[in-house]
Amino acid sequence: MQFFGGSEISPSPPVPTATGNNAHMMYVFNRNGVCLLYREWNRPLHTLNPQQDHKLMFGLLFSLKSLTAKMDPTSADKGNLGVPQLPGQGCSFHSFRTNTYKLSFMETPSGIKIILVTHPRTGDLREPLKYIYNLYVEYVAKNPLYTPGTSIRCELFNTALDQYVRSIA
Amino acid sequence: MAPAAPRSGDAIFASVERVNAELFTLTYGAIVRQLLTDLEEVEEVNKQLDQMGYNIGIRLIDEFLAKSNVSRCVDFKETAEVIAKVGFKMFLGVTASVTNWDADGTCCSIVLEDNPLVDFVELPDTCQGLYYCNILSGVIRGALEMVSMKTEVTWIRDVLRGDDAYELQVKLLKQVPEEYPYKDDE
Repeated sequence: MQFFGGSEISPSPPVPTATGNNAHMMYVFNRNGVCLLYREWNRPLHTLNPQQDHKLMFGLLFSLKSLTAKMDPTSADKGNLGVPQLPGQGCSFHSFRTNTYKLSFMETPSGIKIILVTHPRTGDLREPLKYIYNLYVEYVAKNPLYTPGTSIRCELFNTALDQYVRSIA
Repeated sequence: MAPAAPRSGDAIFASVERVNAELFTLTYGAIVRQLLTDLEEVEEVNKQLDQMGYNIGIRLIDEFLAKSNVSRCVDFKETAEVIAKVGFKMFLGVTASVTNWDADGTCCSIVLEDNPLVDFVELPDTCQGLYYCNILSGVIRGALEMVSMKTEVTWIRDVLRGDDAYELQVKLLKQVPEEYPYKDDE
């Protein structure tokens, strides 16, 4: 899948280095579209302010999810495009790749969405995203100082996350 | 293909960190005792326990989902089975059974034969209106709300009140569809 594909093809980004650190950024959203966490490791270009950026990302995923469900050839019962789905209905995508980046996506039934943007040559990140969800449980959900639905300010979580992401991507 | 959801929580229960059961039971007892002292009214204690359970449930659901590999349930029947067989085993070390379905499949009972919360407990005469385990109903309600199911959970039978088992009625009120959370003009 290629988005914003113009006539000029941008040169491929550098090949992943052995040292890791090929992750660009990560988002965690809850069901209400609140960006619980945004981490950035390697993002040279910012075109929007953070709120717009988060909203755009959430909107992209939301729309893409309803599109993928609409195009599903295997399921008979489908609503119209844009009609809200009940949880458990429809299908879900787990990643897309452009020539410059790869976006991996995981959504839990509780509405937590984890998005990791990496170098396009990274492999399947579904298992790593599950692991990140486990980190979220250990460091955030179990943290008595954390109020559900607010943005995450937990140094320990950030440290564990940085370390883990460096090891996978 | 994703791995099938576990039909029992035994494996998970064996792998997670556990605390001593007596310590757990006695701590819970101390909490209820303290609430009775602080709030004085038995009704208020029931309410408070339910609220505490709810607060636990909305966090617990993520731990449950992360560790159990349950991804989705096709209907409420499966949800109830998963709570009874996997959920209770994972967090309390006991299993429950699901019975008394109504015709629409929206209301059922979860029956607990064995309840670790109530070891060493006797209700004195002054506390006859107390639902000692009301925290459990709050946990279920909170956890299900996070997966978009509004439910009502009530106690039908309680051994501490002279019945022969613990029975929780779980009634599905409505399933909330996922909607786009932003307004267009924001």
